[in-house]
Amino acid sequence: MRNSRPTEEIAHGIRCRVFEHTMRNNGGYLSQACSAAEQLAFLYNEALNLGPSTMPMIPPPFTGVPSATHTGYRTGAGYNGPFDAVHDRLFIAPAHYALVAYACLIEVGRMAPEGLEMFNQDGSSVEMIGAEHSPGMEVHNGTLGIGLSTGAGLAWGRKRKGESGEVCVYMSDGEVQEGQTWEAVQAAAHHGIDNLWALMDVNRQQCDGAMDSVMTVGDIASKFRNFGAVVAEVDAHDLNALRQAKATPHEGQPLIILAHSSPVKGMEFLMKRFPRLHYVRFKSEEERAEMNIAIAAELGIVPVDLGKGH
Amino acid sequence: MEMVNRPYASAFEAYAVQHPEVLCLSADLTSSCEIDGFRDRHPDQFLSLGMAEQNMLSFAGGLGLAGFRPFLHSFGVFLYRRPYDQLIASIAYPRRRVRLMGFLPGVTTPGGMTHQAIEDISVMRSIPNMTVLEAGDATEVESIIAAADSVDGPVYCRILRGAVPRLFDSPLVIGKMRVLAGGSDVLIVTSGITTEEAIRARAALERAGVSVRHLHLNTLKPFDAAAILDHASAVSHGVITLENHLVTGGIGSMVAEALAEAGLARRLIRLGLQDTYAHGGSRPYLMRHYGMDALSLVRAVERLTGETTGIDETALEAVRVEAVHSALKAEAL
Repeated sequence: MRNSRPTEEIAHGIRCRVFEHTMRNNGGYLSQACSAAEQLAFLYNEALNLGPSTMPMIPPPFTGVPSATHTGYRTGAGYNGPFDAVHDRLFIAPAHYALVAYACLIEVGRMAPEGLEMFNQDGSSVEMIGAEHSPGMEVHNGTLGIGLSTGAGLAWGRKRKGESGEVCVYMSDGEVQEGQTWEAVQAAAHHGIDNLWALMDVNRQQCDGAMDSVMTVGDIASKFRNFGAVVAEVDAHDLNALRQAKATPHEGQPLIILAHSSPVKGMEFLMKRFPRLHYVRFKSEEERAEMNIAIAAELGIVPVDLGKGH
Repeated sequence: MEMVNRPYASAFEAYAVQHPEVLCLSADLTSSCEIDGFRDRHPDQFLSLGMAEQNMLSFAGGLGLAGFRPFLHSFGVFLYRRPYDQLIASIAYPRRRVRLMGFLPGVTTPGGMTHQAIEDISVMRSIPNMTVLEAGDATEVESIIAAADSVDGPVYCRILRGAVPRLFDSPLVIGKMRVLAGGSDVLIVTSGITTEEAIRARAALERAGVSVRHLHLNTLKPFDAAAILDHASAVSHGVITLENHLVTGGIGSMVAEALAEAGLARRLIRLGLQDTYAHGGSRPYLMRHYGMDALSLVRAVERLTGETTGIDETALEAVRVEAVHSALKAEAL
């Protein structure tokens, strides 16, 4: 299902929604919107072959965890369309990107704006760290490093069953610090799982700060190639480059697109906080007000009315 | 006593070829888990995932999502210690129909601490959505495959390999414990390899005038607390559990929880590894060294009844073969 709006516009909408939400709620995953807006917009609006959402526009409340007695349990994957042979499947491995992913679902018309108001509210399925029952999620990925392995298993299974739909894993570069990521690439290459591709947000940031200060990971493109993947490297904010990268032939091998991003793209004011960008929380009302005006100006929107919800 | 050679190998092959959604996964322990023949004869149904258990568990979760029922083969210890996070997030939480076939449980391996799954029952039974089974003889090894595959959710199985005695003539049924003797003095609860030890001890004990009630568990979760209570109520001196596992969190703990929750006052002696790691050695040596064999069980019965039986090692050796044959008769009751 293709959205009629240009992908650039959707990316801009994602930044605006996450910005507004962060301002109103006195904190949020703002930097992830900066780095990932074009990538998620690209996935949902162009790259993935997704059917129409099978879930209500306003997300249902949390109904309970999976158990033998919980019949009718459903994951949030229905927001990405039906599970059938031809459509693609998406795993968002860095589950702390959930706020950005929800904003994207709204922008592409798969969730109502009211859904974002349920973010991180008790009893809501729109959880802060995306759970498998959260909109757009299909598996738990909050523990980093498990997404690509799960995607590889699903892709192998889909290939075995002759399904044409592909499996895409949206990843973050911090995940290359986890050994499991390398086990997953090695297995996907060994088994020729080429209906699997990953788009990785290479923003070089992690919870403690800049990745180089936390754990140096070296040249991840070379490492992925040596482990058996086909790798394309692009500017994460250049949609044409993303389109070309997706078209990279990778017969018999998984494709990994390294999307080099800026953690402050579209909100350069955030550089004042560098390198602590993982979760933006305001130190004072003055800082909040200052950021509200400065970033709104960068985004070309009016500042958020901080009188509400605070 | 009949010894069956590699019962898992033939039983798994016979089952898997009838079920194309079953996949055979291995983490570089293919012949060690008796699936080398399957690999050679059915390569399309076999997936080698190398020494990379974290990936194997999440990958299996993905296979489950695609509608397959993967059987993961490795030593039990390698299926949960390193990839515990993956076990929870990719398999247990979403109730994937993944079958974890854990070979060499407890002290059945001479491999020492790194190879001995001594807390696996404790860990696995505490995981929501998990079913935990344990095979105690060749018949149960053969029948655990279909039983595990009938569960709508993940299953962890303790599997015996190599030459395995045949003690039972009926298949493992999930949730159904075996009543091997119906005596009234002491209740002995065993599972896995400790059942054979208890059968040996039982024959000698009965000759010495001790009336033994003996239960064999093959389903550790769900645990049938009500049945345990019924049997515990029927004996006069108390209960002894004997397990190839730490007494903490295993069968001893399960029985203790059942008794305490019901307020049923019975003395309980828990035999097994007592808050200790084991080391590398032969199975008989380790079972003797750590107090998990027939003689240890006899001594525990003496503590419980307050009477000496006069049974020694020689007496136990003498009854061994006869005892196992009588077990078949007992089970038929």
